Amino acid sequence: MSLAAVTGFRTWQPRGEGPWAWLAAGSVALSLLLLAGLLTLIAVRGLGHFWPASVSLVELDDGQVFAGRAVRELPLPAADGAGGARERLYFTGNRDLDGHVWQWVAVARITASELPRELVVLERSRHGDFIGRLVEVVTAGQQGTSVGEGGRGGGDGGGTATWTTLQERLSAVDALRAERDELQQRVIPPLVRRLENDPGDRATQRRLAETNERIRGLQESMQTDAAVLESVDGRRIVLTLDEVLRSWRPNAMSLPEKLGAWGRGVGRFLSEGPRAANTAGGVWPAIFGTVLMVMLMSLLVAPFGVLAAVYLNEVAHQGRLTNWVRIAVRNLAGVPSIVYGVFGLGVFVYGIGGSIDEWFFSDELPSPTFGTGGLLWASLTLALLTLPVVIVATEEGLVRIPDHQREGALALGATRLEMLTRVVLPMAVPAMLTGMILAVARAAGEVAPLMLVGVAKLAPQVPMDGEFPFLHLERKFMHLGYHVYDTAFHGDDIQAAMPVVYATALLLVLVVVVLNLTAIFLRHYVRARHGALSRH
Amino acid sequence: MPELPLSPPSQQRPDATRLESDRSTAMGPIIDFAPDVSCLDVERLSLSYDGKMALRDLSLRVPRHRVTAFIGPSGCGKSTLLRALNRLHDLNEAVSRQGSIRLEGQEIHAPEVAVDELRRRVGMVFQAPNPFPMSIYENVAFGLRLQGGLTRRRMSDIVEWALEAAALWSEVKDRLRASAWSLSIGQQQRLVIARTLAVRPEVLLLDEPASALDPISTLKIEELIRSLKSQLTVVLVTHNMQQAARVSDYTAFLHDGELVEYAPTASLFTNPRLARTENYITGRMA
Repeated sequence: MSLAAVTGFRTWQPRGEGPWAWLAAGSVALSLLLLAGLLTLIAVRGLGHFWPASVSLVELDDGQVFAGRAVRELPLPAADGAGGARERLYFTGNRDLDGHVWQWVAVARITASELPRELVVLERSRHGDFIGRLVEVVTAGQQGTSVGEGGRGGGDGGGTATWTTLQERLSAVDALRAERDELQQRVIPPLVRRLENDPGDRATQRRLAETNERIRGLQESMQTDAAVLESVDGRRIVLTLDEVLRSWRPNAMSLPEKLGAWGRGVGRFLSEGPRAANTAGGVWPAIFGTVLMVMLMSLLVAPFGVLAAVYLNEVAHQGRLTNWVRIAVRNLAGVPSIVYGVFGLGVFVYGIGGSIDEWFFSDELPSPTFGTGGLLWASLTLALLTLPVVIVATEEGLVRIPDHQREGALALGATRLEMLTRVVLPMAVPAMLTGMILAVARAAGEVAPLMLVGVAKLAPQVPMDGEFPFLHLERKFMHLGYHVYDTAFHGDDIQAAMPVVYATALLLVLVVVVLNLTAIFLRHYVRARHGALSRH
Repeated sequence: MPELPLSPPSQQRPDATRLESDRSTAMGPIIDFAPDVSCLDVERLSLSYDGKMALRDLSLRVPRHRVTAFIGPSGCGKSTLLRALNRLHDLNEAVSRQGSIRLEGQEIHAPEVAVDELRRRVGMVFQAPNPFPMSIYENVAFGLRLQGGLTRRRMSDIVEWALEAAALWSEVKDRLRASAWSLSIGQQQRLVIARTLAVRPEVLLLDEPASALDPISTLKIEELIRSLKSQLTVVLVTHNMQQAARVSDYTAFLHDGELVEYAPTASLFTNPRLARTENYITGRMA
């Protein structure tokens, strides 16, 4: 008895099927491998960005000392030295002191490399990261605790007391910053808008002045404390604490602490707005913009697509003209997306948007309201782009519904409309959802047309807030896909931007997956409700 | 079968003694019914699909509260005739029609006749069971919901009555909320009959209702047909001659779009007048 007969599995060699079966299986394996490789690359590069990596204190053979995080290592060109020589790239931070943040070092020149516990990394609002030692914390005129030079030797004494003081001060500053941001983002804008409508409103003027005063006060209290810092080669800087966004001592952190810091880093990336020309900070507005735009697009495309498919399949005379229309619709799916962008710009933005501005917002001209790219026009353009997909998928679902279902409804005295709405359309819902899945997958990843009709490099205000009419269709919005493009090509420091690019790309993939899974689960639910659809 | 909980239309029973008068035509012996016992009255009906004749100048009367079977080889036009009786051909632009069909004396093609109202009065069950993708209860309530104006209680009474009438109630009463597609094919066909009965039609058209079923389900459907004729007129299309012999009172033999012979079932099967009929029922013609 053969193994296959015992185990119930097919033998590993497809009998008599020759090489084509292997060829086919090989292509599947290759595609899966490429897909896995792609996802692994962006996941590792993107998620690694948030890991608080150790910082080495490096001494070179010429006596130079610097601190930095090793990023990667490459073999040196052979002409430069003996084979096997390598050079290593360090991220050293301290742009304000050195004028650069990257340093290539030949590995052979390194005489000592250690991981002192007292090294600190500060993420600052200006000049990027600082890497060095914490000397002391100065609080409003009085001397704080200071760390002695003895800390260099390692041991737990390495400035732990000063570090604790710094953390306390920083959390106080964070609380002040949160209050200031709240005032600036939620309290000021409505007051300003009220004054625009009624410049003579005394009460509002007074409240605005008071709030501005309050913000100034908060800002001052944030600047009272300062940290004295020293780079590893002995240059000192003084940093007011309002400039410090995040601080950590990677070499003193245990693995759980690092994991915690990593989680917080990911959390901030997801929940905060971008900083430093999009190369740092978070991508929350872009996530929000992408999801909102895709949802609006779905709301717009679903009714149109379904109605068009119903007309083509259920109402129209099935003749040559209908077939031509069908072919035309299928071909529309192949039109390059930038063409839709041009159409959206010309028709929606300048045409319809311009007219809306003339009729309803004429007092704000020449500054456009709807006559410029915005959320609504972007959603409409993408709805147009994905319309053929929805029509084709829905029509395929309608064709699959057997005629005897339609006749059954009619034979019970249903009108054609009742037959459509009560029997045919409910049966076609899974097919419509398939169309929506394809549409969402296409729309969420589309960037080219958006650049023409409303995406913005930086739009810190998401297009939805507590202010009437809550959803601001005319606003520009941020988009993950465009964020990837913008960060990768328009930053000053590509090296620093790349991790953000990977992280954003990973996020874009995740957003598309989540949106698709939602639709797939919905479809599964609809199908499960009436048992095996496949039986009919 | 339980009595309809609604007042059934008081209709005259056909009087067997005075209805059989031979109307001998070129085609053969065709029985005729007095207008007061005839429910459906087809007169000189011709129907063509894309110019191809499916029915030629066909006339017959269907007696009230009896089972009438249409038999004939495939493509003879028996299903076409059945579908003409509730105007299902209206959907198909390729079909053109001449002649008239009267239901209880009223022309069904008259402009004042609403086609959905007509189809409510003339219910139809198809060859393949076609329950909707809804629960068992919702399937039976479908036609009632279209009419509207029923209380929840009244609706469930009628659903129960219809399921009883279709001999399905005892099998499904504990799972009315289950999907109709979870039933067996035979149960599905009875469900479809229940669904049609629920709107209280006067005529029930059955288009080979048992051809997709196993023998036991077929038997159940045949019993059901016999029990239904006390309350409505049944027209049955079948290619199974034993079935026609078992359940019908009158049988019409159609061939090539023409009515060849129409007689009481017993006499048509035991003593066919025409050679064509005899050839068909003895199996010498496909």
